[in-house]
Amino acid sequence: MKKYIDSGKKDTRSGFGAGLLKAGEANPRVVALTADLKGSLKMDSFAAAFPERFFQCGIAEANMVGVAAGMAITGKIPFIGSFAEFVTGRVYDQIRQEVSYGNTNVKIASSHAGITLGEDGATHQTMEDLALMRALPGMVVLNPCDYNQTVQATLAAAAYEGPVYLRFGRPSVPNFTDPEEPFVIGKALVLNEGKDVTLIATGHTVWEALQAAEALEADGISAEVIDIATIKPLDVDAIVASAAKTGAVVVAEEHNMAGGLGEAVAGVLAAKRPTPVEYVNGEDRFGQSGTPSALMAAYGLDAPHIAAAARKAIGRK
Amino acid sequence: MAKTIQELQTVATQVRRDILRMVCKASSGHPGGSMSSTDILTALYFNEMKQDPATWTRDGKGQDMFILSAGHMTPVYYSVLARAGYFPVSELATFRQMGSRLQGHPSIRKGLPGIFQASGSLGQGLSAAAGLAAAKILDGDDNFVWCLCGDGESEEGQIWEAGMFAVFHKLDNLIAMTDWNGKQIDGPVEEVSGEGDLAAKWEAWGWRVIVADGHDFEAILKAYELAKAGKGGGKPTMILWQTEMGHGVDFMAGTHKWHGSVPKPEQLEDALKQLGETPLGDF
Repeated sequence: MKKYIDSGKKDTRSGFGAGLLKAGEANPRVVALTADLKGSLKMDSFAAAFPERFFQCGIAEANMVGVAAGMAITGKIPFIGSFAEFVTGRVYDQIRQEVSYGNTNVKIASSHAGITLGEDGATHQTMEDLALMRALPGMVVLNPCDYNQTVQATLAAAAYEGPVYLRFGRPSVPNFTDPEEPFVIGKALVLNEGKDVTLIATGHTVWEALQAAEALEADGISAEVIDIATIKPLDVDAIVASAAKTGAVVVAEEHNMAGGLGEAVAGVLAAKRPTPVEYVNGEDRFGQSGTPSALMAAYGLDAPHIAAAARKAIGRK
Repeated sequence: MAKTIQELQTVATQVRRDILRMVCKASSGHPGGSMSSTDILTALYFNEMKQDPATWTRDGKGQDMFILSAGHMTPVYYSVLARAGYFPVSELATFRQMGSRLQGHPSIRKGLPGIFQASGSLGQGLSAAAGLAAAKILDGDDNFVWCLCGDGESEEGQIWEAGMFAVFHKLDNLIAMTDWNGKQIDGPVEEVSGEGDLAAKWEAWGWRVIVADGHDFEAILKAYELAKAGKGGGKPTMILWQTEMGHGVDFMAGTHKWHGSVPKPEQLEDALKQLGETPLGDF
């Protein structure tokens, strides 16, 4: 089993900031907009390098979505940035009409996603955003797992022609993927091969799944770990192939059950390869204030919970 | 080539005939607001906008662009586009039919020339227009962006968000317009929302405001010239068009009841008789 090393904790939002700057350097059509969260979204370096291509919209997310759509119609590649709740739930209808139905080349940069937003509590912790964005026809949904992958995902989003939802987070987390690995939209990454159970994870839970795999290995259980950095379009072939090999699946995500990756994977397997599936997610709850790591443990999203779910899935074979 | 006022009146009469025949054929649609904004859109497309249907592309490079924020006014929008040469007039007969490019509300998915953006869910088009205007300034594209909103639509908070953005970013190439007919689905605007004095509100927001009669072509053309003269002044312009819902047909005029209702066959006959025929001919 391949052992992944944390090269030093970093926040994925800083990966977005670095990727945005690179995308802006590579392509003058890239513009960035924020609704009073430039610093939180790590857009400072882009704004300093390209002041004329940076648009402060104030605390008015609905307008920001429409402005970005207008810019995209003229050929710009706009990245709009805010907290995940405020660029999804708050502006769902704007995204639906102006970006999705309007088929504009807008990139929705969604930071502080999930429960690891932490201390601000449930008003700011969306655990429903993936469901909303998955539901939109044609929307590409990306959820990279660490700093390096978020840099690459941002570049891939800029290069892709069409609406993209790019989800990342607030806390510093292990940085372990290859910084040179190009991000391929729609491709799952098999981080570890195994034969007893498949651990499917996305975003912050990928590192947790790797830790779970190590714990399971110590008990003689061989776990395959798959990083689903593209939630839509889902890499159906990779999921089916792995389920066929291991016969048991766990899906871990920092999101609630309804409309999340777990349901997406279950839908694929029910249709193509019925397999026992166990879920590690926020179930049907709101979050609360707390530190990110305490919340991940309290809501059952960390490595020990993934390992427990793996044993349960294996037991159902 | 610019039309004379008499020629504009002829086009407007034909557009009103189109609107009524379209909604009657489809047995659905929104004739009231379409008829209140007929004259202003006729003048805009035939005399004011820098646009060329033959070379139209969605990115609007090198041309003026227009967003219909009040997307339900498709009858007037499609008629004006067809009469201006964007697509065959005969296609107006497909309005709201399955598979038609003339969707109930504007869609970019059917490839209808002239449509820059989807609209229909209210309050969003002014933001898109502001984005077009900001991008044109960034690109050094010296053309205007036009946007038509409804007064009922202006109850949406996003309109005012866009209003703040346009002033803050000095979008003086943006000319927004409101079809100020004072009516919305549930009744007079003042009885539904108490929206109040739009002129005072837009002025307070920092816009150049022009108030003009939206059914008098001389006043309309004058207002457009005044609006365009604001370019370079660092402020967006709002034209508040004083109009009448259902204008041009006596039993439809001045009431909210025709916002989204369709005349019966005998009412259509009466309405078309009132409007009179034009040399342009029906679709």
